[in-house]
Amino acid sequence: MITMQFMPYSEIEKMDSSSRIKKILGMAKKDKIVLLQGRLTKKEEGELIMKTMEEIDEKFHGIELSIIYPENGANGIVSKMKNGFANFMLGERQGLTIVGPASIVKEIKKNPRMIQLLTNEPKRTKKAKAKTKKRR
Amino acid sequence: MINIFKRFVDKVINSLFRRKRNVKLGLYGPPNGGKTTLANKICQDWLGEDMGSVSQIAHETREVKVKDKIVIKRDNKELTFKIADTPGIATRIDYEDFLKKGLKEDVAKDRAREATKGVIEAIKWLDEMDIVVVVLDSTKDPYSQVNITIIGNLAARDIPVLIVANKTDLKRSNLKKIQAAFPQYEVVGISAKYNENMDKFYEALFAIAG
Repeated sequence: MITMQFMPYSEIEKMDSSSRIKKILGMAKKDKIVLLQGRLTKKEEGELIMKTMEEIDEKFHGIELSIIYPENGANGIVSKMKNGFANFMLGERQGLTIVGPASIVKEIKKNPRMIQLLTNEPKRTKKAKAKTKKRR
Repeated sequence: MINIFKRFVDKVINSLFRRKRNVKLGLYGPPNGGKTTLANKICQDWLGEDMGSVSQIAHETREVKVKDKIVIKRDNKELTFKIADTPGIATRIDYEDFLKKGLKEDVAKDRAREATKGVIEAIKWLDEMDIVVVVLDSTKDPYSQVNITIIGNLAARDIPVLIVANKTDLKRSNLKKIQAAFPQYEVVGISAKYNENMDKFYEALFAIAG
């Protein structure tokens, strides 16, 4: 079973960078796919990768990360001005961040207009394999 | 902020006194993009020696390797570079991926452990760089978050960036896709392995470093 957890930006708004990263990574380590309203700063993204590397061991293999930026696809001057204004007013609240454990999320495919989350086939235990055999 | 100010002051002093500086050039990118192949090509072209070993298995470079005093000449101009070849940046490292490539379990686990340290080291080194060449595999999807995070971090630090779309010798190579993904940056398509378009690469390098 895959668990997805939505996290409103207000939950991390008043936290410092290391607490934000700790919270997001902690959820990914509990095999949850986090959908965060808004996004981390660029430096926090780098820090999230560094912290993830520190946590990797034989059980935890890292994360898949994808961030949807609101400015994507804005080409005209009016659109850019609108985005600029929204950025000024809302800051990092705009966009969406997806973080999932590498053991569950195989890949997050992204192009400017679409995002696809591909999951791994669940690893089958010996018990489950034996059950299937019995049924046959 | 302090770094941006320091870089600005350095630039002003260098242009005032025409001092020949040692430009700190970082090669960054995801694993297996061809950073070490490019570093070797540059070192072969200007020093006549290699910089590091290359492999089909990801995370061959697991610590930052530095080569100093590489003098590159072009059109009566010369610049001295200190080149840092960095480990590939990734968000996931699974030792089982190395097992699938035929490595023994203890070797695979060691490689994974060293690779995680390498990623941390590479990100820490970002602040040291004057300019960065982001080396991407032109046969792969450029919209991966690692690419975007690397380039975003460089922009946040105000470090000039040149994007290299490597492996253009391969059939699946798609230079236009990389140019479309990063329209605000200069993208040069090369094959470091087969010495294709290296002249254009040096031209673009001088344009951002000079």
